[in-house]
Amino acid sequence: MQNLSFYVHIPYCVKRCGYCDFNTYTPAELRDGGTLEGVSEGFIDSLIAEVTFASRTQTTTIPTIFFGGGTPSLMPAKELGRVIDLLKQRWEFAPDIEVTMECNPDTLTLQSLEEYRAIGINRISMGMQSANTNVLKVLDRTHNPENVAKSVDNARKAGFDNVSLDLIYGTPGETLEEWESTVKSALSYGVNHLSAYALIVEDGTKLSAKIKRGEIARTDDDLMAQMYLAVDAQADKAGLPWYELSNWGRPAEHNLVYWRNQNWWGLGPGAHSHLDGVRWWNVKHPSKYSEKLANFESPMQDREVLGDKEKNEERIMLQIRLREGLSDLTPEQLKVFANYPNDVEIIENRAVLTPSGRLIADRIVRELI
Amino acid sequence: MPAIPLSKAPQPAATDPAQIRNFCIIAHIDHGKSTLADRMLQITEVVDPRQMRAQYLDRMDIERERGITIKSQAVRLPWQSGRDGKDYILNMIDTPGHVDFTYEVSRSLAACEGAVLLVDCAQGIEAQTLANLYLAMENNLRIIPVLNKIDLPAAQPEKFALELSKLIGCQPEEVLRVSGKTGVGVEELLDEIVAQIPAPVGNKDAETRALIFDSVYDVYRGVVTYVRVVDGKLSPRDQIQMYSTGARHELLEIGAISPEPIASKGLGVGEVGYLITGVKDVRQSRVGDTVTLYQKPTKEPLAGYKDPKPMVFSGLYPIDGAEFPMLREALDKLQLNDAALVYEPESSAALGFGFRCGFLGLLHMEIVRERLEREAGLNLISTAPNVVYEVTLEDGKHITVTNPSEFPNGKIMEVQEPIVKATILAPSEYIGTIMELCQDRRGTLLGMDYLSEDRVEIRYDLPLAEIVFDFFDQLKSRTKGYASLDYEDKGNLPGNLVKVDILLNAETVDAFSAIVHRDKAYAYGVMMTGKLRELIPRQQFEVPIQAAIGAKIIARENIRAIRKDVLAKCYGGDITRKRKLLEKQKEGKKRMKMVGRVEVPQEAFVAALATDADIEKVKAARDK
Repeated sequence: MQNLSFYVHIPYCVKRCGYCDFNTYTPAELRDGGTLEGVSEGFIDSLIAEVTFASRTQTTTIPTIFFGGGTPSLMPAKELGRVIDLLKQRWEFAPDIEVTMECNPDTLTLQSLEEYRAIGINRISMGMQSANTNVLKVLDRTHNPENVAKSVDNARKAGFDNVSLDLIYGTPGETLEEWESTVKSALSYGVNHLSAYALIVEDGTKLSAKIKRGEIARTDDDLMAQMYLAVDAQADKAGLPWYELSNWGRPAEHNLVYWRNQNWWGLGPGAHSHLDGVRWWNVKHPSKYSEKLANFESPMQDREVLGDKEKNEERIMLQIRLREGLSDLTPEQLKVFANYPNDVEIIENRAVLTPSGRLIADRIVRELI
Repeated sequence: MPAIPLSKAPQPAATDPAQIRNFCIIAHIDHGKSTLADRMLQITEVVDPRQMRAQYLDRMDIERERGITIKSQAVRLPWQSGRDGKDYILNMIDTPGHVDFTYEVSRSLAACEGAVLLVDCAQGIEAQTLANLYLAMENNLRIIPVLNKIDLPAAQPEKFALELSKLIGCQPEEVLRVSGKTGVGVEELLDEIVAQIPAPVGNKDAETRALIFDSVYDVYRGVVTYVRVVDGKLSPRDQIQMYSTGARHELLEIGAISPEPIASKGLGVGEVGYLITGVKDVRQSRVGDTVTLYQKPTKEPLAGYKDPKPMVFSGLYPIDGAEFPMLREALDKLQLNDAALVYEPESSAALGFGFRCGFLGLLHMEIVRERLEREAGLNLISTAPNVVYEVTLEDGKHITVTNPSEFPNGKIMEVQEPIVKATILAPSEYIGTIMELCQDRRGTLLGMDYLSEDRVEIRYDLPLAEIVFDFFDQLKSRTKGYASLDYEDKGNLPGNLVKVDILLNAETVDAFSAIVHRDKAYAYGVMMTGKLRELIPRQQFEVPIQAAIGAKIIARENIRAIRKDVLAKCYGGDITRKRKLLEKQKEGKKRMKMVGRVEVPQEAFVAALATDADIEKVKAARDK
């Protein structure tokens, strides 16, 4: 039996948020000026065509599926259902299969959630980002923070036991107190999983342009560090202990596939895949992607066959982010850790980062590789 | 036709001194000297029109590209005067045009009886030209004032003719007007040279004395020495002797440049040409030295010989430590052609292994560095330039300090520093701002003269150390580029000087130590600690940066410990990107230098020492 997880990329959003540099497109950016309703059916056809390539692998079982984006909740349930159905035809679903979709709290209704539940989705990850309207404004997010509570409630009503909230900290202008209050709100909704990512100001985004023009100031790294320690402590206290550097609560199995370097296939434009030491990624633009598949060509743009050195580097860099820690420690690695007495704990021959250590994980990794 | 075919022209060793005119051209960098020389080569027909190229005489690529002449040459031009119809030999001796090469200029001038003072008639005379003009006048040279570029729309010949006439004491209408570009007036200029410049005078029967005014290393021929015969004569196979070193060589080849070297039967009184002896190092053939015959040596050398004296020192380090042997090799090679370059190995905790090099001045330093980088493909860091200090301790011991790290910590009685006499020419509206700058740089006003209604010459004594520290740059920016500067050595004077050390995590970083006036020590400390705080990335622990005089801390900054160094998100499974980023950062870390426990990026050293930027600025200011 060999496992293969699926990541499904839905590259559409109603509008692009000011900080976002993901591979996503708004109706205005689509080539033929089409509407989302207009493109969704054709796009799902392309995803289905790519599944044919995946089915040629020697894999048997699917442990996790993740619909990410973009905004997957822009897609009608029946369209996402076509993908799930096809996967179910070609592979065996693990009995405890986890099927997650990312949602924008603004576009969710009890009815749509029930429809998503009915096609086999059993975990919802909601982009909350912040409970603070000023912060949301700087992030250029459209949603009303009150919709989050309502959508979490609706999800529960629709039968979702696993609900996660995504938060962003370190938005320009955000104070430590505002962040703590956001975390408090998120935890008050009773979700069983929390992700919190430090805002990275990417070149080419509206936010980056504003910073360059001096309209707003980049957040100081020390404040970012305080914010991280705050969410870690608050989540832990609320019964959601960390299991990965940016994730707390009941571990998302799909997430662990990445960090444990297991196999997954990324369907969709720009999606990345990993199978037995080979990584590859698809062409980025949805039109190009669909065009390739319409011609029965692989949408792969490029691939990388990992050598032993790369494999080991990736293992170090990925494992160390997990609470289970880095295994198979060498004397050289132990020597590096000895320089970081407050940042690393050695527990049963595995190196586990403390909160301060997680904040400098990249620095430590650079010394290990 | 006033041009004479080479074959019919008077030949070397067989030319009557009365037919010879030796002259040089004194001009500022971009006032058109090379273009005028090109026209002279064409008009006298010594260059085949098919082989003509721009700036023909500037042999090294680096010279042609930068529009400056580093090494002088002497060209023998046959010319039939349009006035008396007689044949003449004009020897044009090219002179270097920059402040750092004053001594070489003075030797070139000593080989001539006259000088063409060439001034761009859109710009007027510049400080360096003025300094060289004074030098020529001191050497009793006949000066022919010439305004160049009269074809330019912006030309102001009347204004600058008046300026030149005042300077050399002639009538404004005696100032010639030419265009090197179009050739207008060049024939007349050649006739004026014949008419005005005296023929050389010497004793053909006396012991041979020839002045070395330049020597150049050539990969194929070895050292090519340029000489002006004063008395006696030189012939092939002669055993010659260098007066200052006593070294003896056989003359393998002797000849004149027209404008390619052509071997001759020798050189007689008043003639100018080249010698080849097979020597491989220009230091064995020193500019200013007297060449005589071994069998029958002169007892009286020609006056004015000086050993080149480095005025400015800087550390040169390869960015890649593995290139140190290549740097040594490149310096050894360069020294074959540059008698003024001195160097010795030194090591720096911050920069690794390198060389402390002595230069004639800032431009010389810049040229050496550029040649090392270009010709040897090296990537170099240079430390902030400094001058030479003479330190006397209370116990009477003397120490010569060419590197701030050698500055003694013991009880100091006196520190002497080099002083220069600086001449600044500028439009009179900038008098105030220039005086302010010079006062701020510890200058002493010597005097001021109006060259014309709106241009002044300002003279100051200034510590050389103040000039090597961005003075050009400041002068140019405060005068919108209009001021020009020249300076000459004026010996040493005591100064209230101290060494400021910079400590990183309590360890002294030698590369950042500086010797400064006590009144400026605090400002230097604050500036350097502040700069380093910006340039050094945060470390795992807090790093204090301090400036100190001896044990006394005068300024302090802190680099806070790093608390966050992690990318929290991983782009939709793009593990490759993350791994490559970490690998790249790791590579960057390898290029860090360790100062104690502190990792300092190479760029921080370069940026803090700011010599790269300064060089760019010096270049821009000079090329303007």
